[in-house]
Amino acid sequence: MKAGSNLEKVFTQGHFAVTAELGPPKGNDTNVIQKKVDFLRGYVDAVNVTDNQTAIVRMSSIAACSFVIQMGMEPVMQMVCRDRNRIAMQSDIFGASALGIRNILCLTGDHHTFGNQVNAKNVHDLDSVQLIDMVRTMRDNQTLLGGEDKIEGEIKMFIGAAANPFADPFEFRAVRTAKKADAGVDFIQTQCIYDMDRFKEWMKMIRDLGVHEKVHIMAGVTPLKSAGMARYMAKNVAGIIIPDALIDRMAKAQKGADEGINICVEQIQELREIEGVHGIHLMAIEWEHMVGRIVEAAGLLPRPQVEQDSGEKV
Amino acid sequence: MQMLALRSDQMIKAEQKPIEEILTYLDPYKKILLSGCGACVTVCHAGGEKEVSLLASSLKMARNLTGKPLEIQEITPARQCEPEFAEEIVEIVEKTEGVEAVLSLSCGIGVQTLARFLTKTPVIPGVNTVFMGETVSHGVWEERCQACGNCLLERTGGVCPIARCSKQLLNGPCGGSSKGKCEIRQETDCAWQLIYDRLKSLGQLDKLREVIPAKNWGTESRDKGPRRIVREDLKI
Repeated sequence: MKAGSNLEKVFTQGHFAVTAELGPPKGNDTNVIQKKVDFLRGYVDAVNVTDNQTAIVRMSSIAACSFVIQMGMEPVMQMVCRDRNRIAMQSDIFGASALGIRNILCLTGDHHTFGNQVNAKNVHDLDSVQLIDMVRTMRDNQTLLGGEDKIEGEIKMFIGAAANPFADPFEFRAVRTAKKADAGVDFIQTQCIYDMDRFKEWMKMIRDLGVHEKVHIMAGVTPLKSAGMARYMAKNVAGIIIPDALIDRMAKAQKGADEGINICVEQIQELREIEGVHGIHLMAIEWEHMVGRIVEAAGLLPRPQVEQDSGEKV
Repeated sequence: MQMLALRSDQMIKAEQKPIEEILTYLDPYKKILLSGCGACVTVCHAGGEKEVSLLASSLKMARNLTGKPLEIQEITPARQCEPEFAEEIVEIVEKTEGVEAVLSLSCGIGVQTLARFLTKTPVIPGVNTVFMGETVSHGVWEERCQACGNCLLERTGGVCPIARCSKQLLNGPCGGSSKGKCEIRQETDCAWQLIYDRLKSLGQLDKLREVIPAKNWGTESRDKGPRRIVREDLKI
């Protein structure tokens, strides 16, 4: 065991993992976290807590993760390179580890100009590959980045990162994931998948590079709420491809939301069959109450009960 | 009006500040020296002889309207950032009666060179220094170098991700690279797409497989104050 998190155990015991996303409040209202945790409890193996996603200021991921633990779920702490340099990141990783956080997702971070602090100075001292390497160094070598400085204690982190098979240049996307594997990543979550053919092509490249044997790939899915949402995402969100056939199906449906969920369940079933896909990551944006329904319909319940270490907080 | 030189440097790009902002800075003064620069800012049409003349006219008109006329002496040295030209400007300021301030259309370097020599006269910037770059097409300039002090262009096919990627990524494009463009703006090329294409045509795609480790930003992170080059062999 590298970190001993629930998510790591689910993977290593050969189960098909399920995670979902939780956006912290835009303030200090912990009821927002409680509500989302209550929607997700029992349906997922760990919950991904975003780090100021789309550069909108929210409660810090580390604080929100700590509340998630108190509320009885296991968090995956997202950490972006946009807002902190390597000093602050390593310091926060010490703190996160001490608070019982056992999973970290290393991300570049959405560009700050998409958010509500557009005049900020972005940091990007490290990129996501270098962040992975740093966390791995802290965990496996018990030293700080680039130094002989020994860490007091042990940093137990199961290390994740993202991959986007739908961004360009396509031929480079699997190579970039292979670089993340080289840097020490344990699991990968992908961007939301709608273009199944392209995802399968990417997975083939991943297998050809042997990456699927080193890391657990989690396929990202986001249920569509309406044809309007599908059209908007297809047109405006860089790195997301939604085939016209799916948009048409949403448009023709009597109840768009129900059809979106049906599509999502079908996608999960198709993704499960792909060699190298070890789990799904459900990004039901402000639709957390639907996660249970989707997971149940996809036949992913009950979630596995893995043996916990004694004394572990989760 | 003087034009003192021959050589033309051109890598620094600047844009004139809004005239309202300049007028605010000049409010306390009745007579100023307006100095352009014959180098970079001439090439990007922000602070050459022509812009000095145009700005002087606009400022005078604006001040006349307020009933507080402004007297402006104009000069455009070859390079405001070189001490020998700065010294000439100092001489002019000292010899010309009543010059209370200098408005400089040079880049931030030129402003500071003048300020170093003009110990008792304020030097006011009239342009915003924006970047070091090249001419893409007539009237279009784009950033190319951030002077990080640790050039990695060999690894990236001659395209700089520090200057040209909006997240300064060193290990490949983020998830926002789409059809060759950066997610932040449709007209912005994804630097990593350019790097990929270039390395592909050079037959060097294997370079993209290597993890580039955390960068030593020491050269630009104020660890020793302003960066400095000292060449003992050139010292007199």
